[in-house]
Amino acid sequence: MKFLGALAAFMMLAAVPLRAEIDITEVTSPGGIDAWLVEEESIPFVALELRFKGGASLDAPGKRGATNLMVGLLEEGAGDLESREFAERAEALAASFEFDVGDDAVSISARFLTENQDEALALLRDAITQPRFDQTAIDRVKAQIVSSIRSDAQDPDSIVGEQFDQMVFGDHPYGSSIEGTEESLAALTREDLLAAHQGALARDRVHVGAAGDISAEELAEVLDKLLADLPETGAPQPADVDVETEAGVTVVPFDVPQSVAIFGHEGIARDDPDFFAAYVLNEILGGGGFEARLMEEVREKRGLTYGVYSYLVPKDHAELYLGRVSSANDRIAEAIDVIRDEWAKMAENGVTQEELDSAKTYLTGAYPLRFDGNGPIANILVGMQMDDLPVDYVNTRNDKIEAITLEDIKRVAARILKPEALRFVVVGQPEGLES
Amino acid sequence: MHRLMALVGVCVIAATSLSADTIEDKVTTFQLDNGMDVVVIEDHRAPAAVHMLWYRAGSADETPGVSGVAHFLEHLLFKGTEKLEPGEFSEIVKANGGTDNAFTSFDYTGYFQRVAADRLGLMMEMEADRMKNIQLDREDILTERDVIIEERNQRVENDPGALFREQRMAAQYLNHPYGTPIIGWRHEMVDLDLDDAMAYYEQFYSPNNAVLVVAGDVMPDEVLALAQQHYGPIPRNEALPERERPSEPPQMAERRLSFEDPRVAQPYVMRTYLAPERDSGDQRAAAALTLLAEVLGGSQTSVLPQKLQFEEKRAVYAGAFYSGLSLDDTTFGIVNVPAEGVSLEEAEADMDRIVAEFLENGVDPEQLDRIKFQLRASQVYELDSSNSLARRYGAALTSGLTVEDVHAWPEILQSITPEEIIAAAEEVFDRDNAVTGFLRTAEEVTQ
Repeated sequence: MKFLGALAAFMMLAAVPLRAEIDITEVTSPGGIDAWLVEEESIPFVALELRFKGGASLDAPGKRGATNLMVGLLEEGAGDLESREFAERAEALAASFEFDVGDDAVSISARFLTENQDEALALLRDAITQPRFDQTAIDRVKAQIVSSIRSDAQDPDSIVGEQFDQMVFGDHPYGSSIEGTEESLAALTREDLLAAHQGALARDRVHVGAAGDISAEELAEVLDKLLADLPETGAPQPADVDVETEAGVTVVPFDVPQSVAIFGHEGIARDDPDFFAAYVLNEILGGGGFEARLMEEVREKRGLTYGVYSYLVPKDHAELYLGRVSSANDRIAEAIDVIRDEWAKMAENGVTQEELDSAKTYLTGAYPLRFDGNGPIANILVGMQMDDLPVDYVNTRNDKIEAITLEDIKRVAARILKPEALRFVVVGQPEGLES
Repeated sequence: MHRLMALVGVCVIAATSLSADTIEDKVTTFQLDNGMDVVVIEDHRAPAAVHMLWYRAGSADETPGVSGVAHFLEHLLFKGTEKLEPGEFSEIVKANGGTDNAFTSFDYTGYFQRVAADRLGLMMEMEADRMKNIQLDREDILTERDVIIEERNQRVENDPGALFREQRMAAQYLNHPYGTPIIGWRHEMVDLDLDDAMAYYEQFYSPNNAVLVVAGDVMPDEVLALAQQHYGPIPRNEALPERERPSEPPQMAERRLSFEDPRVAQPYVMRTYLAPERDSGDQRAAAALTLLAEVLGGSQTSVLPQKLQFEEKRAVYAGAFYSGLSLDDTTFGIVNVPAEGVSLEEAEADMDRIVAEFLENGVDPEQLDRIKFQLRASQVYELDSSNSLARRYGAALTSGLTVEDVHAWPEILQSITPEEIIAAAEEVFDRDNAVTGFLRTAEEVTQ
């Protein structure tokens, strides 16, 4: 009883969420590049995040895989340094540069020590602005990507994603793997990589987030040194694409004991006024915890899976509402039935006040905990800019969550949950399921 | 020459700037009267904390025949106590804006919550409650048994690489329980029941077998007071057994296996050698092996990738791996993923040839300097994540090490000489102490 009393007291405390205690400085370099900074001097290093909007979807027709290969080569030699020399230099400075690419962005994540910041940034500048694209490096990285393409073709988790994307997006760049095919990759030349570099890494599409031991003045200087040599404009962004699905199941036969499924249909845009309500709704339907309805019904009550989740996917040129589940071949059909029922139930009835209150407490309480280090903060800052959010979003975000009402959820549930369009793609040897 | 001088200069600066703010300054340790160890790591940058409770009990402490029970019990700790309904633990954490989860390894089981720092007392209250008071229904838990079997399906059965790993580990350890997978052998998992779980729980879950790690925006004296309040009243388990596991007999011959599966797209060869782990007060051998793994395969400028991927172009990937954090003997591994047209037999010969050349030529001193400087820098970078620092202390203290060992480790790494690395290599690369495995597609064999 005493225990319960204590719990109740703590639960009430939870109703007053923490504020994210961070102070964002907006920086504009003399050359006109914008960045957001959180200065934090207590640890002598800086986390710097660069994002170039566009990513692999900028691949020119017939050049699928070019942006991905180009990004893979940024750390394989730059300026006067060949591949090995470049790597040795980065190691000698204990700097870390990660280059990554997705459907909608090229990401560059750097961290470097305050004590050798100038040398580290000079090296990073060379990688970004003067990649060598030596033929030996091209051949080596191509072979690694071929190995990865072949592995993906044998991996049920990859197969299911590619099949779903192909079904929904067809010939749009979203419809195929960013790695390209073995054939498209083989055909790529050094000229294609130079073109992909000019197309993807341009100043008109870059966003910057930084956190750590660097001042606004220093950062402004750094930005111009890093990015001034890039072209002003890059390749045009791809067209938007509509998502159309029909309820039903597509089975992709593959010899594994556990079937892997992706399900979903059209989603909701990040800048839609209903996005927050949709976000809260999804937290209740299929968010991360054991309490979400899908987890409760499919895992906790029936033991049909280790994990089942749903998530909003607002891409730059299309919106999806997706989910994932995997169950043994003889149990996946039942898992799918349960998911369909929950989808329809929530579309019709929305959620309870209790579910809404508890989702709000969680989402508002968890938000400030995300800002727990220079690395995570730099990531959040650049992500906000990519989503076109204002700098005071960190202070208004929880209010937006708090403002969602039961009626909002009911209206948005009816709007965005579409049992009549809920498509399942299943990879495995599912029993009792046919395309 | 100029380059070397520059590097030396940098190292000196690093050493001085690091001394201002090191991990030792942030860590405080206590022991409660009931034997529970407490580690506090201060990080006041954000008003958050992670609360972790680690038990010095993992899958390698299981009784033979019930493999997977340590991990099964970890799942069942979310299924209610005398005071909390099934699932209510996580609900309360969530209602406080926190996240929670748990993990099981060979040598430890851990439970953690990430919350606002002012919720720490509540987390302790609930975690202390389930250390002794879980209440489970014999029939209900069978649903959770289905969940762990689906977890095994997802992690292992669907992935030939994971199945290959199980077979190699089983070949490596004939007698020691590291040869049994943490998640369990499927044929034993399907029979796990309440009695198995409760037997493990009663044997191992007690304050004198636990390590509490709290990291974040907390003060050590406040953590101590809360720990005394919540965990202090729990009596120690006087019958806690010594952690003495069956040890390996002398290995008389190399063990080899060839694992074939039609789902394998990229064949590779991997060899693991039985190797010493970090022992309390005696970490030098493990430190030399840690640097050996870095020198041979830790980055793209290391020996195996440089020779096989870059110079000879006979590999897609080549590397070496070792982690000294283990209660008992661990493994040192080398791997070669051959380029197209190179067979696994040739890939194995390539790997052995490069290692032999390395033993002949010795360690490149410039490379070793770079590695040591990176290790120094990692002491700066790691301060950014109190969560991963908490994990490091928890894992060390449940793997036979002390806080002093953790703090001594960086300087031991810095003091290792090239000669020690070569000596460690000569000692560990004994084929009679090794398991060599080929992972290949089923078709390749029939060709």
